[in-house]
Amino acid sequence: MLELQQITKKFGERTILDHVDLTIEDGKILCIVGQSGGGKTTLLRCISGLEQIDSGKILVNGKEFDPYVNSNNEAVIGVVFQEYNLFPHLTVLENVMLAPQMVLKKDKETATREANELLKKLALGDKGNLYPWQLSGGQKQRVAIARALAMKPQILCYDEPTSALDPGLRDTVKEIILDLKKEKMTQIIVTHDIEFAKEIADDILKVKPLSN
Amino acid sequence: MDYILEIMPSLFSGMGVTLSIFFWTLVGSLPLGLIVALGMISPFKILQKILGIYVWLMRGTPLLLQLIFVFYGLPLLGTGIVLPRYEAALVAFILNYTAYFAEIFRGGLQSIDKGQYESAKVLRLNYWQTIRKIIAPQVMKIVIPSIGNEVINLVKDSSLVYVIGLGDLLRAGNVATSRDVTLVPLILVSLMYLLMTAFFTYVLKKIEQHYSYWK
Repeated sequence: MLELQQITKKFGERTILDHVDLTIEDGKILCIVGQSGGGKTTLLRCISGLEQIDSGKILVNGKEFDPYVNSNNEAVIGVVFQEYNLFPHLTVLENVMLAPQMVLKKDKETATREANELLKKLALGDKGNLYPWQLSGGQKQRVAIARALAMKPQILCYDEPTSALDPGLRDTVKEIILDLKKEKMTQIIVTHDIEFAKEIADDILKVKPLSN
Repeated sequence: MDYILEIMPSLFSGMGVTLSIFFWTLVGSLPLGLIVALGMISPFKILQKILGIYVWLMRGTPLLLQLIFVFYGLPLLGTGIVLPRYEAALVAFILNYTAYFAEIFRGGLQSIDKGQYESAKVLRLNYWQTIRKIIAPQVMKIVIPSIGNEVINLVKDSSLVYVIGLGDLLRAGNVATSRDVTLVPLILVSLMYLLMTAFFTYVLKKIEQHYSYWK
């Protein structure tokens, strides 16, 4: 279970998040929706440790946890970025294997096997030796999901997963997200696509810009 | 023909000096340039300032002047540092080229998308893993054409060492030309420079191709 208590985040004088409370049960899907500038992405970046919160607490399974400094092997939060941010100089397989090898110290064989299993599951079984520039947008996104899953996160975050996709591919992402839910993955999805959110979410959090 | 064979040994020995200055300058200034660049983009303001002044001095004054300064100037300053000609030349060249390489590496480092660092961070790679596995390979691809420019420049810049009395290729040709009143040595010297730069251009092209498997 992930709990956020009284999270506040400011950029200079501007308050983006003002005492936000939030609880996500294990295996649930939370969608964060709202107009641009409402702090959706900032909230996601705080949870995933890309921004430091100014005050408040983040608890994972009741224990306080600071994702910003998380450098040990607590493997909790994975992120699928809006722009995917794949490593362009590495093959699909290498993209997925890199962190398990470098951070989790898995040997090459284990990392390769696990990466291949993930790729197969995400319908990328034949793409392992390609480079990101050779993939379509939807394929890149699935590589980004595989790369995050390879670190065995307890929580997986997505930033605007549908914004760059054709309508047809939107359903593919939806299926992936719902499949992961069956595997008890906790998922947080930031999106401006309310319809999409309604289709998949267990909970919806609406954020709006603070007037200041 | 006989005349050419007669002067070739002295030209080759001059070319040896040129190539050794060239080689050791690269060996010294490429790694130093990368380190200085990492310092320039580090969050330490004082370090940034100091490195900024260093780069400004090195790029803002002629290499010829720096060469003269290291060889003739340092002893005059009462520093007690008296370097032999060859060592003085290397010090001046490495200091100068490090500044140029640092600027090239800095540009390369800064052109890497922030998302690459963020991906690495959420995958929990540490600083050096991120630099080594993610950033450095991408920077290399970006900087190689600019590095190549400087490498070609260095072949020709090395001829400046004549001013502190080192016998490089150009000096060897010059000596022969004034002694024998003929242009032949200078033409040979030109050809030798062209061959050297053609060779390094080819090597650089190969390195560039090595990095062309991704976009």
